[in-house]
Amino acid sequence: MKVMKKVLAVALMAAMVVSMTACGGAKGGSSTWKIGGIGPLTGGAALYGNAALNGAQIAVDEINEAGGINGYKIEFKAEDDQHDAEKSVNAYNSLKDWGMQALCGTVTTTPCLAVAELSAEDNIFEVTPSASNPDVVSHDNCFQVCFTDPNQGSASAKYIGEKKLASKVAVIYNSSDSYSQGVEETFVKEAANQSFEIVVETAFTDDSKTDFSTQLQQCQDAGAELVFCPFYYEVAAVILTQADQMGYKPIFFGVDGMDGILGVENFDTKLAEGVYLLTPFAADATDERTQKFVKTYQDKYGETPIQFAADGYDVIYVIKAAAEKANLKPDQTNEELCKALSQAMTQVSVDGLTGNGMTWAASGEVSKAPMAVIIKDGVYVSVE
Amino acid sequence: MELVKYLINGISLGSIYAIIALGYTMVYGIAKMLNFAHGDIIMVGCYVVFICMSNLGIGAIPSIILSVVICIALGMTIEKIAYKPLRKATSLAVLITAIGVSYFLQNSALLVFGANTKSFTNVVTLPSLTLAGGELIISGTTIVTVVCCIVIMLALTLFIKKTKAGQAMLAVSEDKDAAQLMGINVNGTISLTFAIGSGLAAIAGVLFCSAYPTLTPFIGSMPGIKAFTAAVFGGIGSIPGALIGGILLGIIEILGKAYISTQLSDAIAFAVLIIVLLVKPSGMLGENIREKV
Repeated sequence: MKVMKKVLAVALMAAMVVSMTACGGAKGGSSTWKIGGIGPLTGGAALYGNAALNGAQIAVDEINEAGGINGYKIEFKAEDDQHDAEKSVNAYNSLKDWGMQALCGTVTTTPCLAVAELSAEDNIFEVTPSASNPDVVSHDNCFQVCFTDPNQGSASAKYIGEKKLASKVAVIYNSSDSYSQGVEETFVKEAANQSFEIVVETAFTDDSKTDFSTQLQQCQDAGAELVFCPFYYEVAAVILTQADQMGYKPIFFGVDGMDGILGVENFDTKLAEGVYLLTPFAADATDERTQKFVKTYQDKYGETPIQFAADGYDVIYVIKAAAEKANLKPDQTNEELCKALSQAMTQVSVDGLTGNGMTWAASGEVSKAPMAVIIKDGVYVSVE
Repeated sequence: MELVKYLINGISLGSIYAIIALGYTMVYGIAKMLNFAHGDIIMVGCYVVFICMSNLGIGAIPSIILSVVICIALGMTIEKIAYKPLRKATSLAVLITAIGVSYFLQNSALLVFGANTKSFTNVVTLPSLTLAGGELIISGTTIVTVVCCIVIMLALTLFIKKTKAGQAMLAVSEDKDAAQLMGINVNGTISLTFAIGSGLAAIAGVLFCSAYPTLTPFIGSMPGIKAFTAAVFGGIGSIPGALIGGILLGIIEILGKAYISTQLSDAIAFAVLIIVLLVKPSGMLGENIREKV
């Protein structure tokens, strides 16, 4: 009996060792490209996640129809993170177990910071459509399709200065959100070189994002003609409504987080008339690529795509471009893929929906020209 | 002029806190328990109005009435199911149950209504008031909120002083057992208190969402905590205390935002609370020996 037990113990031990090696070993041998997507599909930022991952899905379908990447089809799987870092890590882990080789995500900044740490450790190549904090790309395996926050802030300041939209400008930002604060910092820095003056800089936090009467009052009392709003659209919807209630009508200027303001349920879109937002994508653009994308998106999802959809779409094509440049196959290990893709990224130039001739520095930041749209009659219109 | 504007904003916010605080203070005064689910009843009330107005196309007043009725029913049901069986249990057990009910309501709302933020339509159609040659604009919502708060406060005070049911509430809050011996239906009185508190929560919710038009399943929690603070500030158990506490808290919050820091406003409001409690542990109007309704 004792011998039996010993034999059994050894056998179990052996089984465990084998299974553990299997877990730890690099996954390879896949016959398709497995690309995962993570973003908020429900919750406050759901509009972004759905748009980005729907856009990515369209790109995947197009590429598969045209024969795949280097002759291999793509499998795409999207997971929800509700714009929450912890849920995002869970989503990442389940995609990793599924065999993900490259990640399109995550869509929002705070979860992306958490996930980027893991993807760097696991050697999974990551391209985020829209997480714009510079720290997101602090690892070698991570690249951005959107502008970084600093880039958005300074680009906005330059835009306002060059177009002479206002001489007195106020800034309201969310001091408990790294995205909002990142944009605000560089906006203020660049504003010093511009012709306008910042008359008010005021903040709110996640715990106090319902009442903006005081902040708006400060802006109004200081005579601000333009309010710079580097935060997400759901807060913007509240601010626009409250400004209207108190009879304050400045120009509101947002960045990519403002994108989606027209989709807030029950929001009176008339209030958003004349709102500017810095975005690299306008659905009314007349180039063939945009029009085709907009049509496919409308047919498939029944709404006009926002910038995030275009970002998501571009991510897949960026991964494709890098994979083709390095001539990779999906049966290689994640480590090989990640290294080769990361290197190839600095050599490719991609013409996407969100910019022509996008190139990447080794740091992971994209370089492309900024562009603004204005809301007219409830739709985005490009500003000349 | 700036100060006046801030004061008006503060009074407007404070009035909403005061109406919510009434619910806390009445329930505490009578049942000696903190009903932490109170904030979430506000949220349910808001969703009812939102769905009636936006999805079913019902007018504002019938929507609000329906919302009040549903909240009253909800408040009484919660009391029957969750709190009544615990009447003899320790107050800590009831407190934990209340927190449980709060989470239950939030997550049910998440399930039913989804997490997406909705923009609440202002139910107040009163035009805004322009004073001092256009220098001072008071929005219709602010006027309605303040008027509502004062009317509710007066009505409630009269109710407690002049009606039998009100006197019964006073008696129950003084001494439950003695009240029972005098032939007062204690359980009925407690139910009535929950009904009034929940109905007020619905009204407060509509006013809150009209002034700050954003609707999520978690909308009730922060104003709930603030209103609870206001109730403690004014002296929990005291109706005029809830009014004074609510309005002072609103003013402190707005002035703190305006003159000190927009980010520290909550910290300032709570710091003032701590100071008040250090000086007068029972709150501004609270009685040291026995709280009354």
